[in-house]
Amino acid sequence: MTGAAALLSVRDLRVVFDGRHGPMIALDGVSFDIAPGEILGVVGESGAGKSLTGTSVIGLLDPPGRIAGGSISLAARRIDNLPAEEMRRLRGREIGAIFQDPLTSLHPLLKVGDQIVETILTHLTVSRAEARARALQLLKDVGIPAADMRIDHYPHQFSGGMRQRVVIALALCAEPRLIIADEPTTALDVSIQAQITTLLKRLCRDHGTAIMLVTHDMGVIAETADRVAVMYAGRIVEIGPVDQVTRRPSHPYTAGLMASIPSVHRRNATLHQIDGAMPRLGAMPSGCPFHPRCGRVLPLCKTVRPELGAGEHASACHAPLPEPSHV
Amino acid sequence: MSDMAPILSVDAACCHFDVSSPWLARKLSGAPRRILRAVEDVSFTIRRGTTFSIVGESGCGKSTLARMVVGLQKPTDGSVRFGDIRHPDGRVAPPRVQMIFQDPYASLNPRWRVGDIIAEPVRELGLRSSERDVLQRVGDLLEIVGLSRADITRYPHAFSGGQRQRISIARALATEADFLVCDEPTSALDVSVQAQILNLMVRLQAEFGLTYLFISHNLSVVRHMSDHLAIMYLGRIVEQGPAEDVFRQPQHPYTRLLLDTIPDVEQPNRARRPMSGEVPSPISPPSGCAFHPRCSVAESRCTETRPEPRLKGDVQVACHLA
Ligand SMILES: Nc1ncnc2c1ncn2[C@@H]1O[C@H](COP(=O)(O)OP(=O)(O)OP(=O)(O)O)[C@@H](O)[C@H]1O
Ligand SMILES: Nc1ncnc2c1ncn2[C@@H]1O[C@H](COP(=O)(O)OP(=O)(O)OP(=O)(O)O)[C@@H](O)[C@H]1O
Ligand code: SF4
Ligand SMILES: [Mg+2]
Ligand SMILES: [Mg+2]
Repeated sequence: MTGAAALLSVRDLRVVFDGRHGPMIALDGVSFDIAPGEILGVVGESGAGKSLTGTSVIGLLDPPGRIAGGSISLAARRIDNLPAEEMRRLRGREIGAIFQDPLTSLHPLLKVGDQIVETILTHLTVSRAEARARALQLLKDVGIPAADMRIDHYPHQFSGGMRQRVVIALALCAEPRLIIADEPTTALDVSIQAQITTLLKRLCRDHGTAIMLVTHDMGVIAETADRVAVMYAGRIVEIGPVDQVTRRPSHPYTAGLMASIPSVHRRNATLHQIDGAMPRLGAMPSGCPFHPRCGRVLPLCKTVRPELGAGEHASACHAPLPEPSHV
Repeated sequence: MSDMAPILSVDAACCHFDVSSPWLARKLSGAPRRILRAVEDVSFTIRRGTTFSIVGESGCGKSTLARMVVGLQKPTDGSVRFGDIRHPDGRVAPPRVQMIFQDPYASLNPRWRVGDIIAEPVRELGLRSSERDVLQRVGDLLEIVGLSRADITRYPHAFSGGQRQRISIARALATEADFLVCDEPTSALDVSVQAQILNLMVRLQAEFGLTYLFISHNLSVVRHMSDHLAIMYLGRIVEQGPAEDVFRQPQHPYTRLLLDTIPDVEQPNRARRPMSGEVPSPISPPSGCAFHPRCSVAESRCTETRPEPRLKGDVQVACHLA
């Protein structure tokens, strides 16, 4: 994956929150690319900075948060320093966003169909009737039953998962080139989930849409993503092709994460857990931020920060897990 | 009051919503009234100290059922009753019931500091006598869910999705409830924090005899947590019984389909197909067995008569062919 071929290119992104006790670093040197037609899965500890990465890309970082360094480019054009008005036009048209919190994207007092129609009319040159037909088709695509009637209902009349699907329809309606999907399927049952991931994969294949897919569901990642990035404490600690990262994790945090997944094939008395908690923003340990919880920790880990290496499958660790030997 | 007496009995409970157009518009256009049957004739019991899980498609009525159990929604018909339990202070009374809501965003007051959000039930219920003990308890709870004592002074918006979900879990635990209704309690958590929370819930159950009504789309989590399991389809329970029995030998065609659709990191199936057929609407449910339009083994009687739940071993199934 070279920078030239990438649709989205994030370099050394640094996001800080200005607090009473000075700036707190929430994202620290995050770099990754997504090619057209590619799905990059993003996983990691709750609070690691996955949503912040997404909101930075779409230019919706709320104060006191701000981008303090690095660059974000869409099709080789810097977008992290665009004027607000231009960024607003880009959003929706070029970049579609599915937020973790469905209520922020839906207006409670407007019928869901009208919200989608208005968004389509803002970004595409079509008639109102065409926009409505398109909105109806999208609601069907995301699996809303009796869509022709539901299109005129209000958000509060929908279940949690149905609201989530309306948000997905809203993000897709202007055919953006890049989709930032933050936990798009967590509120959904496995069947609708399969429908949504099939839809996303189809968009990638047929339209070359690039997708950043944030999710906690490793099963969804394994089935949909081409590559996956693992985040911990504001950094990418491992990145690589999905089967390599999930089957042969190299970073001890990734290995712990994979071991914590409950199995559907058997029942265990207790689940494997990584003891302790991720450090708070204001209290980042020196060296490797994972070292207080790590079983492989070396003296070096406490003082020197491990860098994410180069290469297709890279991890930021002084004592990465060995590749399984072929015996 | 034996230990075998159920702590919760739900008997033929229904919940209907009127989703008709406004009266005048309806009169002018001659459109009929539309009733959405979110929960229809649902019965089950839960024994103290066990976990009863409900799974089913989005929109099948799980949250509505949960809201009826905690009293936020009145049943249109049927009943929801709690049995008495002996409380630590010797009183014999119904259990204290608390809900962890599906949406961690909507359920936290944005203008309150995290410390006050968690302290409120502790103060309200008089669970700690001095303000110092209240703060101590709030700090302990924050650490239990993997946050920090120092987070007391922050507002909800400064937390990530999963951190907010942990705040609502801490708040629910603060009530020292005997019966917790957990609507997707770990959906926003990564698997490692999820493991910590689930292990905590299992530990609390063993220690204090807590009872859980557990709702989740994540069937691996459900398998890990549940003693009993109910599968809902379009407002009705189609199969219920001991969780291991249902997982090992699912009998209802819908349950089988559901278990086949699980995304699996151990055996990823990149060609996984969504369930075929249009998802039916609870406003005009199909005749006979509501699942028949999507069922691969349906016969003509399935389209005509609704199958009544029948007991097969310990498992209750509502299917003509089971
Ligand atoms: N306004 C704010 N002020 C201070 N810190 C903040 C603010 N907003 C977010 N944070 C912090 O930034 C960090 C990253 O948050 P982010 O929402 O990106 O996490 P996430 O990886 O998406 O987690 P989750 O999986 O739980 O959604 C968190 O530790 C959070 O506490
Ligand atoms: N206040 C309401 N007014 C009208 N319809 C409602 C209302 N609340 C829920 N419904 C409808 O009742 C049905 C069941 O909703 P419920 O929220 O119980 O589903 P759920 O099983 O929890 O789904 P999810 O998994 O998506 O959260 C849905 O069709 C929903 O649209
Ligand atoms: S760098 Fe050291 S502490 Fe960090 S994950 Fe690797 S071994 Fe563990
Ligand atoms: Mg997030
Ligand atoms: Mg629900």
